[in-house]
Amino acid sequence: MSQQENKIDEYRRRFLGKGAALVGAAALAPGVILHTIAHAKPADEAVTSKVRWGFLIDANKCAENCDACVRACDEENGITKFGRPQTDAQWIRKITLRNKQTNHSITLPMMCQHCAHPPCVDVCPTGASFKRADGIVLVDKHICIGCRYCMMACPYKARSFIHETVTGQAPDVPRGKGTVESCTLCVHRVDRGETPACAEACAKTQEGPAILFGDLNDPNSKIAKRLASEPSSAVRADFRLDPGVRYQGI
Amino acid sequence: MKELLHYREIPGNSPGYYAVLAMLGLLIALGLGAAYYMEHQGHHVTGMNNQIVWGMPHVFAVFLIVAASGALNVASISSVFNKKLYKPLAPLSGLVAVALLIGGLCILVLDLGRPDRLIVAMTYYNFKSIFAWNIFLYTGFIAIVAVYLWMMLERRFNKLSKPAGFFAFVWRLILTTGTGSIFGFLVARQAYDAAILAPVFILMSFSFGLAVFNILLIGIYSGTRRPLGDAVVERLRKLQGVFIATVLFFVTIFHLTSLYATERHGVMKFILDGDNVYSGLFWLGFVLIGSLIPLLICLLNGFKNSARWLVTASLMVIAGGMAHMYVIIIGGQAYPLDMFPGYEFSSSFFDGVVGTYTPSIYEIGLGIGGAAFAIAIVLAGIKILRFLPLSLANSLVDPHYSAEAKEADKPVAGKQARA
Repeated sequence: MSQQENKIDEYRRRFLGKGAALVGAAALAPGVILHTIAHAKPADEAVTSKVRWGFLIDANKCAENCDACVRACDEENGITKFGRPQTDAQWIRKITLRNKQTNHSITLPMMCQHCAHPPCVDVCPTGASFKRADGIVLVDKHICIGCRYCMMACPYKARSFIHETVTGQAPDVPRGKGTVESCTLCVHRVDRGETPACAEACAKTQEGPAILFGDLNDPNSKIAKRLASEPSSAVRADFRLDPGVRYQGI
Repeated sequence: MKELLHYREIPGNSPGYYAVLAMLGLLIALGLGAAYYMEHQGHHVTGMNNQIVWGMPHVFAVFLIVAASGALNVASISSVFNKKLYKPLAPLSGLVAVALLIGGLCILVLDLGRPDRLIVAMTYYNFKSIFAWNIFLYTGFIAIVAVYLWMMLERRFNKLSKPAGFFAFVWRLILTTGTGSIFGFLVARQAYDAAILAPVFILMSFSFGLAVFNILLIGIYSGTRRPLGDAVVERLRKLQGVFIATVLFFVTIFHLTSLYATERHGVMKFILDGDNVYSGLFWLGFVLIGSLIPLLICLLNGFKNSARWLVTASLMVIAGGMAHMYVIIIGGQAYPLDMFPGYEFSSSFFDGVVGTYTPSIYEIGLGIGGAAFAIAIVLAGIKILRFLPLSLANSLVDPHYSAEAKEADKPVAGKQARA
């Protein structure tokens, strides 16, 4: 082999080596950058575990034909329906119960129970399902991959998968096709010092208020005082998930 | 002196080979098209809904992932348990395992609500989630089996194939435990929430994986006209029989345990004796077609030495396995959550009623596409690398082969195994 050919081979080798390094760097760089952005400081850092938000729902005061809470939730959070009940999202729904032994029947609103030990958070592979320090269980819409494992794990059927493109979203409530969502306890309102839309709407009804919102950790709050003085229960208390939503009358 | 085994690529230039690849390519394209359509429209075009959140894609994907781990069994028996007859089959076993896993994972990823966020799934982990563990178990499995294959195929490293095989064997057991636990750890659902689901999945993996392996092995050897001795066929037939029986045993124990607890009578009646598709699929699909009939084929002497019957039994095991997956995954979700024990309850969100599900053509298309991709990987793999011995005639593979039997045992396809 001549010297000339040897040189060409060497150039080729160098070119290939540098090319490979460039390709490698190009392949890794976006990942590295995304990784850094993704670990930026969360905006909700100020939230503290000194408070724990929750509901006390009195089923005795919940009128059978009233769905004020459901309508208020849909409006507040921009939950639009497509006329497909099987796939349409429901953050809050009215459930009618009949005791099999006594035939006694009641209705109550059901939503995310904002558990202290939420199974949806346990099973979420990416950590998109998370619990805020103040007890509100949320889905981070940016890292939800839409695997629906949280829906398999939730004992309360609280979550909905967005089955189609959503339009007309409320500015405070981002939603997106292909991700899972559920009651946020109207976190945007709570952070402004307001009460969730369902509780507010319920208080304005004739029978209400059946839904009382407040800080379970503050012994002087109305909700804590009533919980201390009146009987209440959690749905499927046997799972010991310590839900932030408690019921009376069941 | 015994002849040596020669591993060679298949020529892979016949019209038949390209025809099969073209057909698989078409199925893959249709699967990709279905996935694109589902992602574009949203999942409302599928049969899945807020009641049945995992549908047909998961039936296919979990089946393939479970079968992947089981397909490695043949290699494990050779490397870990030192059975000589299985040694020539080991490289193909590793290839099939990796291919099935990749096929299954493709289906899972393409069924996500946001498959474009795969990078999120790879960079964010919640280690309390069994799903997150599985991401590591799956990618780790592919890497470990790749190294194992390298040790087997590269003569210099052959000595290392034993420890590599042992490591892969342990990993695959953990992998299927993880897959079973995806369901076993769901405390809220009565159809799941049982630790025994992990061993059930391990045994299912043995049986389904071997069935897929049998079909591919016999198909490839008959397609390439390479000799396949009945010693191999016979061993695989018996092994398949043992695996089918153990699956039946574990599934029986699973249901007996549930039948004993009054709390679970409702869900067990729903699955085993319900007026629904699940009971039919369980008894007719899984028990009769997927277990009892192939069990007879694998154990009765009348079906001895027949590659054709082994393929038949394996196809039945796969059909029954898919039926069982459907019952476990879809049936388990269809049974309503017992949110208020002792109460009858209803709502506009289908609380307290059996969930309805009809698989859409798109979901089935995606599932078939993934399976086709797995087979295509195997067929491409054996053309590129030396996975397969030129001959698996009895004289080469059977340690108990004797010269007297030689006359009746000429390495010619057709006589060797009544294919």
